[in-house]
Amino acid sequence: MKALSIRNLRKTYHNGFEALKGIDLDVEEGDFFALLGPNGAGKSTAIGIISSLVTASSGKVSIFGHDIKADNAKAKSCLGLVPQEVNFNQFETVKGIVYNQAGYYGLPRKLALQRTELCLKQMDLWDKRDTVSRRLSGGMKRRVMIARAMVHAPKLLILDEPTAGVDIEIRRAMWEMMKTVNQQGTTIILTTHYLEEAESLCRNIAIIDQGHIVENTDMASLLARLHIDHFVLDLADPLDSLPVIDGYQLEWVSDKVLNVAVPKEIGLNRLFAQLSARNINVVSLKNKSNRLEQLFLDLIDTKAKGAHA
Amino acid sequence: MNYSIALKTLVVKEVYRFVRIWPQTLLPPAITTALYFLIFGKLIGGRIGDIHGVTYIDYIVPGVILMSVISHSYSNVVSSFYSTKFQRNIEELLVAPIPNVVILLGYVSGGIIRGLLVGLVVALISLLFTPIVIHNLAITLSVALMTATLFSLAGFINAVLAESFDDISIIPNFVLTPLSYLGGVFYAVDMLPPLWQTISLGNPILYMINAFRFGLTGVTDVDIKLAYLMTGGFIATLTLFSLWLLYKGIGIKN
Repeated sequence: MKALSIRNLRKTYHNGFEALKGIDLDVEEGDFFALLGPNGAGKSTAIGIISSLVTASSGKVSIFGHDIKADNAKAKSCLGLVPQEVNFNQFETVKGIVYNQAGYYGLPRKLALQRTELCLKQMDLWDKRDTVSRRLSGGMKRRVMIARAMVHAPKLLILDEPTAGVDIEIRRAMWEMMKTVNQQGTTIILTTHYLEEAESLCRNIAIIDQGHIVENTDMASLLARLHIDHFVLDLADPLDSLPVIDGYQLEWVSDKVLNVAVPKEIGLNRLFAQLSARNINVVSLKNKSNRLEQLFLDLIDTKAKGAHA
Repeated sequence: MNYSIALKTLVVKEVYRFVRIWPQTLLPPAITTALYFLIFGKLIGGRIGDIHGVTYIDYIVPGVILMSVISHSYSNVVSSFYSTKFQRNIEELLVAPIPNVVILLGYVSGGIIRGLLVGLVVALISLLFTPIVIHNLAITLSVALMTATLFSLAGFINAVLAESFDDISIIPNFVLTPLSYLGGVFYAVDMLPPLWQTISLGNPILYMINAFRFGLTGVTDVDIKLAYLMTGGFIATLTLFSLWLLYKGIGIKN
């Protein structure tokens, strides 16, 4: 079953800006789906329409088969939204925010209290349940929004940049939480600017740019298209000058650190052989950047060049 | 889908909001009206004498009570809903499967409850200065309820259309307060010059205050049926307009 189905979705704002130019998108039930795109690409507009916060100009959106216009209540019941920015009452307690949201979804008091406790414990916020929300840290506020979105046990959870601005430790903990929620059967759509996040969590991906879907495929197929890997080499001894090795593009970072672009068809063995021949000893090697980032930039760049051609 | 739970959640949240800040919401009207009753009712009123057969303080008590109901039912909804918009937690309601009519009913109920509670507080304060003998309980309660409903709806519309905090203070300061004072709270219409008597008849608050005064004292300057008709008509119109605003998403959706 399709968790989300979008057909020919368009949105033109009152100022004439065309945010979505007829997008089609399907997300299967149980998927962990990445929706990526640069700022202003149309991601937030699409999410706004799916979650009934923005009115579409035309097109059709269904959530688990329920049309968001014709079958609005059922469609909304299937959906949980974690927005990009904090949007709860800053004077309300943590427990109050989550419990009230359960009430808005029609959960009876006893069940609402049980679900509130469960979600706050999942988010490691139970100890903060009586704290007024404005006193929470940024990371905690984001976790409150996730608990709030999950309190009615939605079948589809949309996370709009959930880890923006949180430290690495909390981000990793949130990744684990998202994986667990997905493994428990909840379909997740994730937007993020941390492409490493999308690469490690998501199975399928769509990239949106200038109101169009420019890529929609599974993550493995997308990453397989990469022809060049980027590595950072830490050297044992300082270099006087940048070595030149045929087939590889080397870049000077410091006298003991080099960046290298490695074409997949050549591989690393020849590089190490050439370095050894020059008495350059490599102490360690790591990926310079995540692979998806390179592809993302290539796709956006190709699209932009196409638009200007 | 059980919408009664959503409605109850919304109403409890609204009531809890103004009860939690009772020094800002319930205490000031008690102090202000106590001063009205003391200064206008006792000190000055004693020299004015009777109006339409009742003492001056008995004449102004209904108007002061209803004026409090009007201002507090209005301000409760306008400040609560605008804050909800401003902090963007209106999105909590918009993403949930709550019909627009439940959202409207929830906020308006909060305004009605606060308006009537403040009215009760003011009525109790008035007992310190004069006994209240209710002439017609049904009229008294129904007029208070309808007035609170009408001004809660008006507050809701103001909040939906407001784009800044200034916008939610303009109507109370420049429309509601003058109309309330000119609605016959402190005087009978026939005390005005003929031209102003005619102009006053265009003030809807005049009808509500006089209908409420009739309920409490049996004295009125206007036709009670016309007052009910006018208030009911305004309630129906503002309800439909509020639902249309919510349906179109004006002021709350892109």
